[in-house]
Amino acid sequence: MKRSLLPWLVVATVLLLLFPMAAEKFYLQLVTKIMILAIFALSLDLLVGYTGLVSLGHAAYFGIAAYTYALASQAADPANVWLTLPLALAASAAAALLVGALVLRTSGVYFIMVTLAFAQMAYYFFHDTRIAGGSDGIYINTRPDAHLPGLDLADDLHFYYFVLALLAIVFALLAVVLRSPFGRALQGIKANEHRMRALGYATLHYKLAAFVLAGTIAGLAGYLAAAKEGFVNPEMMAWHQSGAVLMMLILGGMGTLFGAVLGAFSYVLLQEWFSTLTKHWQLLMGGFIVAAVLLLPHGLIGLHRLRIKSRAPRPEGDGD
Amino acid sequence: MEWLIQILNSVQYGLLLFLVASGLTLIFGIMGVINLAHGSFYMIGAYLAFTLSSLTGSLWLALPLGIVLAAALGLLLEWALISRLYRRDHLYQVLLTFGLILIFEELRSVLVGDDVHSVAIPAVLGASLPLTETLSYPVYRLFISAVCLALAGLMYVTIQKTRFGMMIRAAASNPEMATSLGLDIRWIHALVFAAGVALAAFAGMIAAPVSSVFPGMGNQVLIVCFVIVVIGGIGSLKGALIASLLIGFADTFGKVLVPEFASIAVYLLMAVVLLFRPRGLFGRA
Repeated sequence: MKRSLLPWLVVATVLLLLFPMAAEKFYLQLVTKIMILAIFALSLDLLVGYTGLVSLGHAAYFGIAAYTYALASQAADPANVWLTLPLALAASAAAALLVGALVLRTSGVYFIMVTLAFAQMAYYFFHDTRIAGGSDGIYINTRPDAHLPGLDLADDLHFYYFVLALLAIVFALLAVVLRSPFGRALQGIKANEHRMRALGYATLHYKLAAFVLAGTIAGLAGYLAAAKEGFVNPEMMAWHQSGAVLMMLILGGMGTLFGAVLGAFSYVLLQEWFSTLTKHWQLLMGGFIVAAVLLLPHGLIGLHRLRIKSRAPRPEGDGD
Repeated sequence: MEWLIQILNSVQYGLLLFLVASGLTLIFGIMGVINLAHGSFYMIGAYLAFTLSSLTGSLWLALPLGIVLAAALGLLLEWALISRLYRRDHLYQVLLTFGLILIFEELRSVLVGDDVHSVAIPAVLGASLPLTETLSYPVYRLFISAVCLALAGLMYVTIQKTRFGMMIRAAASNPEMATSLGLDIRWIHALVFAAGVALAAFAGMIAAPVSSVFPGMGNQVLIVCFVIVVIGGIGSLKGALIASLLIGFADTFGKVLVPEFASIAVYLLMAVVLLFRPRGLFGRA
């Protein structure tokens, strides 16, 4: 299964590397945005697809890192990436640790509702207090500076490759983590938590570690989103955001890293397409989501799997 | 005396939330479906009150009409979509009902627009009770509390004391056994779902004159109701009632005492309950 996706992965990487040569500014920015959301979707995939924890509040960690970065870079000079990025990631990780310790006491449908409720708490915290511009949000005047020779993040093309590199790093990191004993234990927890506990695994600690790791990676996506837009507001943590990223996973196919990335691309492109058709694109999106749940139980990746399955029993294959 | 007003407001808000939360907790307790679109039914109720009362000229005509329409919508949705979710993972229930929210919000925008509307308080209940020389309390809010209490009582009697209630409880505790004893589970599910929709819509309708009618009103209520269900324990009506009142007080007094942190107070309450009772106050272990 994994092997059969490898060529696609190579093709996708090459396409993304070459894409800026052919693209106008609008599309360059669009794909940058999609790659940021792909990082976000990958982080949620670790929880939903691999550990079996359906979080409906993942946007909180996305937003907390974005806000941390925004608050830390209010000076006129560009903020230093090597200072603000660790700070933003630490803020998201700390929030995920605190919330995770509470929400992991519950499971199943409670878990869904409680993660949503805590995300909403973060939302209201930034919405109702004047810490960072309240419901209006705040502007960030400059893109951060990575202080690397030849790299100017204020340039959209440089920023594109910066995001692409981080997407590749996150993808590789998760691929390694999932092959490690830790990752195997998470997948064991998804399949049968009782058995894992009986085997002597402290499943709560594993789940908490996954929750914090996922929150931190979501924070990376949030940091990049804030740096790209130069603007943060509470809507970044709104539950529509958490729902949308969950939809990306389902669309692409959860429990596969490639599916998460594919889902981010399909979701945003679909959204762009719908919004060119009508002002009321949400109607189409809602209808599409309902139809996808009823008709596509395994996501787009599932179509690929289906094709392989329908081929397998045939005595003579068609060559590949 | 100001405190009395705040207490009355807390009770009224809490009881109103109970109407929405009770449907949510029953639908989960009996069908095992987590319904994100439940807040939309509250929103639909409020917009029905606005549209129907401007068409018919009276909230009293709008209420029964709205309830019938909401129940019909509930039956239709259950038959077309929700019934397909009973055996599926919570994840898909979340997504499908999330899709429904987008549809309902956008339909609302297409049909009624994005403006904030208000609904007039019926003339009969327009008076205020004088408490002191300067303070008074609107009769309509007392009416809301009374109606909600009556409905809560009705719900209790229906579920605990009637034959239909017995069927509902049987279907909730052991669906296979209930089916083999000749109960038509599908029919019970459809009725419970429709009742939940009607209750949430009714809450929206009677709240419309005091809260006004605005986009996004459903989501706000939905998330507070999630908190209520978590605090009260899933499937427990008693828990939902007590948690609703707790939230009513936390929110109302939060707004008076610490305005900036009032929205957070509700979630802090939930965090504390989770620390000591992860399954809620009345949840089944």
